[in-house]
Amino acid sequence: MTNTLDMTQTELRDINSTLQAAAKAQANAEYIITNPRGSHAMACGLDGPLDVTIQGSTGYYCAGMNKEATVTVKGSAGPGVAENMMSGTVTIEGDASQYAGATGHGGLLNIKGNASSRCGISMKGIDIVVHGNIGHMSAFMAQKGNLVVLGNAGDALGDSLYEARLFVRGTVKSLGADCIEKEMRPEHIEILKELLEKAGADAKPEEFKRYGSARKLYNFNIDHADEY
Amino acid sequence: MCGIVGLFLKKDELRPKLGDMLTDMLITMTDRGPDSAGIAIYGDETGGIKITVQSDTPETAFADLDADLCAVIDGPVTIKSISTHAVLTVPAGSEKAAIAFLEDKGLRIMGSGESMEIYKEIGLPKDVAARFNLREMGGSHGIGHTRMATESAVTTMGAHPFSTADDQCLVHNGSLSNHNQMRRVLAKKGVFTRSENDTEVGAAYISSRIADGATLGEALEGTLKDLDGFFTFVTGTKNGFGVVRDPIACKPAVMAETDDYVAFASEYRAFADLPGIDAARVWEPEPATVYFWER
Amino acid sequence: MEKTPQTEPRQSWTFSKDVNAEIRRAAATGIYDIRGGGAKRRVPHFDDLLFMGASMSRYPLEGYREKCDTSVTLGTRFAKKPIELKIPVTIAGMSFGSLSGPAKEALGRGATLAGTSTTTGDGGMTEEERGHSEKLVYQYLPSRYGMNPDDLRRADAIEIVVGQGAKPGGGGMLLGQKITERVAGMRDLPVGIDQRSACRHPDWTGPDDLEIKILEIREITNWEKPIYIKIGGARPYYDTALAVKSGADVVVLDGMQGGTAATQDVFIEHVGQPTLACIRPAVQALQDLGMHRKVQLVVSGGIRTGADVAKALALGADAVSIGTAALIALGDNDPKWESEYQKLGTTTGAYDDWHEGRDPAGITTQDPELMKRLDPVAAGRRLQNYLNVLTLECQTLARACGHNHVHNLEPEDLCALTMEAAAMAQVPLAGTNWYPGKPGF
Repeated sequence: MTNTLDMTQTELRDINSTLQAAAKAQANAEYIITNPRGSHAMACGLDGPLDVTIQGSTGYYCAGMNKEATVTVKGSAGPGVAENMMSGTVTIEGDASQYAGATGHGGLLNIKGNASSRCGISMKGIDIVVHGNIGHMSAFMAQKGNLVVLGNAGDALGDSLYEARLFVRGTVKSLGADCIEKEMRPEHIEILKELLEKAGADAKPEEFKRYGSARKLYNFNIDHADEY
Repeated sequence: MCGIVGLFLKKDELRPKLGDMLTDMLITMTDRGPDSAGIAIYGDETGGIKITVQSDTPETAFADLDADLCAVIDGPVTIKSISTHAVLTVPAGSEKAAIAFLEDKGLRIMGSGESMEIYKEIGLPKDVAARFNLREMGGSHGIGHTRMATESAVTTMGAHPFSTADDQCLVHNGSLSNHNQMRRVLAKKGVFTRSENDTEVGAAYISSRIADGATLGEALEGTLKDLDGFFTFVTGTKNGFGVVRDPIACKPAVMAETDDYVAFASEYRAFADLPGIDAARVWEPEPATVYFWER
Repeated sequence: MEKTPQTEPRQSWTFSKDVNAEIRRAAATGIYDIRGGGAKRRVPHFDDLLFMGASMSRYPLEGYREKCDTSVTLGTRFAKKPIELKIPVTIAGMSFGSLSGPAKEALGRGATLAGTSTTTGDGGMTEEERGHSEKLVYQYLPSRYGMNPDDLRRADAIEIVVGQGAKPGGGGMLLGQKITERVAGMRDLPVGIDQRSACRHPDWTGPDDLEIKILEIREITNWEKPIYIKIGGARPYYDTALAVKSGADVVVLDGMQGGTAATQDVFIEHVGQPTLACIRPAVQALQDLGMHRKVQLVVSGGIRTGADVAKALALGADAVSIGTAALIALGDNDPKWESEYQKLGTTTGAYDDWHEGRDPAGITTQDPELMKRLDPVAAGRRLQNYLNVLTLECQTLARACGHNHVHNLEPEDLCALTMEAAAMAQVPLAGTNWYPGKPGF
């Protein structure tokens, strides 16, 4: 059965408490949140299987630190959506603001529209699929996981990148320090195929280019000092 | 550190609703700036120049002010006083003398221009809005600001918007890191600021560039090179408003456009009550890119 | 023939031996000096203040008999579960990675026995630490290494690190030698690479955004945990005011003598204000906002003795925090390892290459053999003893000034020995009723 909570009738604290308790109960319950009106910290800290649909646009840190839950935003998401996500799936039907999926450790962040700057900043294992474009400084210091972009990437993609994999179908305005284009090997095609399928993206893995770390900044070398 | 809102109406029939729409937007930004709030509203032009002044003792300061001013500048003067603020309308050309007289009387000049009026005070945005009846104000466009003071005092003069030339004003979210140096550079040119606030330096920089012959667009482009630090600026002019973010662009900014209006805010929340927002085009301004809307 | 008198060879004060050695080192390597610890230069400090004690005009309390309370509650503003401490001294954040597992365990043991809290660091929470710390503060840092909601929920308080005294405005650098498999695993990084820490948080910038970040953390932890904001001693008045406006329960203020695991020497020595100079502006900000004692102030950076503790409290702090002193209590820079320090080209007391992971005392290392040198039980006991001494000393001074709680110490109990200390602490120069900058003079 589906439960509905209205943000104009119920306080954020009560909505989050209800959702957090329902997730903890491991009952695979379904919730619909109406009238989010750009509120912050909605459906954050969920720790268990739960299906939450938010009917509208959200503010900062929606679905922050999510574990196992499935959160869908039927609108756009503000800064830091699904930040530090551990597992589960977060879907944004519209656009995502800056820092989408920041420091995420796991799970899938599926953005149907565009993501703005710093998408996947410092990501640590999360998979992010953006159906549109991403803004500047995306995947800055990204450590682990996969960032898939069907559209174009802005300036300084993957600056100071560690071991995260970046796949971009469109153009890249510029690459950040220590980020280079890399060969697309069969194992990458496999990873990408699976992610595109999971995200319901209409694209072929072969259309993408892969970017990764040149690993020149991994240990200090005086001849690379200008990259710092 | 702050919240910014801006609204530019495309249709004249919406003009009476400007204050109402802008007030709701302003109040949603209270968390970002609980210290003070302000609004610049571009309303009806009367053929004269409107000078907005502020006083902590309005009862005495505004009594007979129009008559006293009239005696000095030799022309018709009207006064509209609302709480701590008064808008004096003087004939074009007599504005300089009027401002000198008003400053001499110890009144604080908020701004002047053919259409711009500025209202700002310390306190929560909802209280500031109520004090000035912002909801009742009509106009073509307006910008508003809620302030969380960083390095200068919480005072009326430290509140935004800052106006440093006729019909021009600026609000800012962020923190400039070379404003002291720029203040000295501007002072050498004879451009002076009235507060210790970093944003006022930004406003003075833009006005000074325009006075030197730059277009608004060129002046905003100039901020990218000449001002250091983090900023999202919204600047108002008689005909519209402009937006620019620094190249790092960490401070939030979101815009919405419909057939009826262009809106700006620090957060999407501020748009929640705007008519037709669900169908609006909503996007974030790119870093180091100048945008403006003019009628 | 009489010899013509000669000028003595004369060293330049500007280009001293140390300066020239550093120029040669820079020329040879092409990288700035990275080290651990805090500022080593002499700056005005608590030593330049004295308590005046009670005599005729005030009455002292009897030592050991008349009670002088030392308990502190941190986080009374918003948190449902504030932290209750028996003593006004806490253990500052130090990362697993920079410190060994046994060292973290020893800190937890010592602090718990003494009735106070420990703090995690840039590298996540370890079982050694959580298991042995009754009260554990979880640091929320720009890197977010090992950051996860489970640890967030099992922490007793959350400290959002905006800056630290050794390097306000800077990030860190942990060299590859210390990124072992375990450290790398916790940080999601490849083994053996230099690890660069960011200077800003990845998903917010500035106090207006931080307020929203705090809302999210409170929502995730059911509004139970106190939220601390840690700032480096940069512009303490404004930074404290903005921490309060962002919604902090506790402000942690770290002066320039505060240590770090690893950063540029130029940063440690040339950025930030002395701890002594930071306290009064921070307290002023709290008082101006009507929040003194409602938002608690924890001061750190160069706290060594019970006198330092008492003086920091007298200037308006609610508690202090120790890092370097705690490591020394565990056994860091102990003379018993002198021959090994010599082999590393240094000497007891001067060893600061903590980032290289070769610490003879087995504390700032991930080398399994060196780690064995630290017995966490014995080291924990030493830390407990030291914390008890700090508390007893602080109590002694408070009683001497006639106070039944250490929080009743006040600036008027102090005088200053130097003009600098008088100006920075805003307490009168000894023998006068004046300090530089005092209004009305």
